[in-house]
Amino acid sequence: MEQRAPEAGRQEMTGAEMVVQALKDNGVKHIFGYPGGAVLPIYDELFQQEEVQHILVRHEQGAGHAAEGYARSTGKAGVMLVTSGPGATNAVTPLQDALMDSIPLVCITGQVPTTLIGSDAFQECDTVGITRPCTKHNWLVRDVNDLAAVLHEAFHVAQTGRPGPVVVDIPKDVQFARGIYTPPQTAPRTSYNPPLSGDQEKIRAAIGLMAGARRPIFYTGGGVVNSGPEASHLLRELVELTGFPVTSTLMGLGAYPASGKNWLGMLGMHGTYEANMAMHDCDVMVCIGARFDDRITGRLDAFSPNSRKIHIDVDPSSINKNVPVDIPIIGDAGRVLEDMVRLWRASARTDKAALKPWWEQIDKWRARQSLAYKPSSDVIMPQYAVQRLYELTKGRDVYITTEVGQHQMWAAQHFGFEQPNRWMTSGGLGTMGYGLPAALGVQIAHPEALVIDIAGDASVLMTMQEMSSAVQHRAPIKIFILNNQYMGMVRQWQQLLHGNRLSHSYTEALPDFVKLAEAYGCHGIRCEKPGDLDDAIRQMIEVKEPVIFDCRVANLANCFPMIPSGKAHNEMLLPDEATDEAVANAIDAKGRALV
Amino acid sequence: MNAQLQPAGSAYFITKETEKAEARTLAVLVDNEPGVLARVIGLFSGRGYNIDSLTVSETEHEKHLSRITIVTRGTPHVLEQIKHQLERIVPVHRVVDLSVTAQERGQERPLERELAMVKVRGTGEDRVEALRLADAFRAQVIDANTEHFIFEITGRVSKIEQFIAIMKPLGLVEVCRTGVAAMNRGPEGM
Repeated sequence: MEQRAPEAGRQEMTGAEMVVQALKDNGVKHIFGYPGGAVLPIYDELFQQEEVQHILVRHEQGAGHAAEGYARSTGKAGVMLVTSGPGATNAVTPLQDALMDSIPLVCITGQVPTTLIGSDAFQECDTVGITRPCTKHNWLVRDVNDLAAVLHEAFHVAQTGRPGPVVVDIPKDVQFARGIYTPPQTAPRTSYNPPLSGDQEKIRAAIGLMAGARRPIFYTGGGVVNSGPEASHLLRELVELTGFPVTSTLMGLGAYPASGKNWLGMLGMHGTYEANMAMHDCDVMVCIGARFDDRITGRLDAFSPNSRKIHIDVDPSSINKNVPVDIPIIGDAGRVLEDMVRLWRASARTDKAALKPWWEQIDKWRARQSLAYKPSSDVIMPQYAVQRLYELTKGRDVYITTEVGQHQMWAAQHFGFEQPNRWMTSGGLGTMGYGLPAALGVQIAHPEALVIDIAGDASVLMTMQEMSSAVQHRAPIKIFILNNQYMGMVRQWQQLLHGNRLSHSYTEALPDFVKLAEAYGCHGIRCEKPGDLDDAIRQMIEVKEPVIFDCRVANLANCFPMIPSGKAHNEMLLPDEATDEAVANAIDAKGRALV
Repeated sequence: MNAQLQPAGSAYFITKETEKAEARTLAVLVDNEPGVLARVIGLFSGRGYNIDSLTVSETEHEKHLSRITIVTRGTPHVLEQIKHQLERIVPVHRVVDLSVTAQERGQERPLERELAMVKVRGTGEDRVEALRLADAFRAQVIDANTEHFIFEITGRVSKIEQFIAIMKPLGLVEVCRTGVAAMNRGPEGM
């Protein structure tokens, strides 16, 4: 290495000290983790300072999802710290989850000493090998003098371009070794240059196409949220300027407010009728920060057959991956939206009369009320429970997380999100057990906010142990369980596809969730009647400690509307048509052959 | 292909592939650091892409740069994905589709060469024949005793495969091939 003059911040310290120093220098206030042999030197350093607060979890998966919730609700990187071997392997699920949902997550793992690597040492695993396909990038640091630069680069890679998870694997001897710490530098590595601004020519072409559209639609995704609050602001402005309808993926909810007049609701497999029909019949589709996921498109060969498509994405590999597009624009959603708003103001004007027939058509689709359900005065309908939760928390500083399944879809359909970063859910990977630890992470980032995990009885048991973490760290998260005693979405698919043979989708021996809450030292509430629901929810909100709310809902309710397998957007199954017979025959012989 | 293996009902929508697969030669410039080859290979296996040939070696020592040459096969849509997915790998500097570049320059394909060592054991007439054929293929003898030759042959893949096929009845013992190294014709760099 060349000799350089001493710079500010360059100083000698141990590898473990460097880790803590790098966390501070990268603005980290909280980390989530679990100690073990191979990270003890780092834990020793954490013990001797107060700037970085460590949140002890009960399982490394919990640390990862908590860090994801923290990241998603703040827009900053989430950080987790785990030991070697099982600590690292338990981190794999949240790493893949963060990869698929583009969440900036920095995972620091301990490793056995460099001299023991490859010897099948105690708690050794090939961490960089195991995590290579489930990270954006990862590093094994063999030399303490590389450690600071790698840690800074890890934060840079996790947070820029399309955000994602990174792993820094640090052998124990490197944590003990002394070396030179260098502060974060602005010079990035030459091979990593995420795009920012979009091609101006293409943006101009897109504006031209949009100006001539008669049946346009905005289809937005998590990329708008990831780009930062300014992108959501610009999206609202562009929607207002153009007068186009807007729909969003599961990940993008909140970027455009649910109360906005141009809002069509979520699209996709369990999206609204109006959103999916408008996607199918549109003539110009403007996709911003979404990736044409298979839950969105339905049958690809029948996906929006007559539209010209504009696709804005920061990741070139998302372009033309599933659906060929006419105008690809590679760039940050916020930057491109800024250009679009400016160009639209300068050159285009909405012909309101030309869009009128399109809006009239949309109103007809809206009139189908695809999210309707049969109300009941005897049992709590799960949709009703989400609606009441929404109404009773309106106006509060509220953050929602979910697990995965029917309850997740009902939450997405019936809870209105007005702002970005308020909705934390596992979209791409579909990780049951995400919501509870994610809620913990959100609450740590926003101690005064009302943080609710809309959960299912099956999912929530996968990471229930983190209630203990919530109690320890006085995080008053509310676990609102829509308890139907089934793995509802599994059962729904078994009804649709497997002759109603409910193979292992009924949980026969659920715990008593109220007693479980008490066992954890938090507050338990059970509600079984629709008439009692409002008071019970109010009680949940008022309680200043973690709550497990056992909301007993109609056991056999299913999630509609739905695009059945092998069908297109305009072949939705609507709730009023979803008789037992229709459900059983939703996928006809032709559809079965297709899928 | 996969469509037939799917059960009658599935949570996934699968459409049949209708485009035709074609072969392409890619040059990938990467930082020469531990794990970079594993990242590239893992990408191909993880996403179900084909590798017909892969070679790698450091090409610019001072800059720690390695050049990977990959011969792959896929539909145009998959090939576009391969290029973009490779570009996403953090230590990857550049990905150039040499086949496309060659076509753009009005050439059929880029320059592609492979080196092989071919060990042949035999006596008498076979031995003479092997040597005579090696000469015709411009293969060098790099090791020999009274019972064997090791030939070194360089050329296009088809030439090497032809040579190996011819040596088979003459006492072929073993073959080692480097895989394809490739470059575009003309004065421009990648």
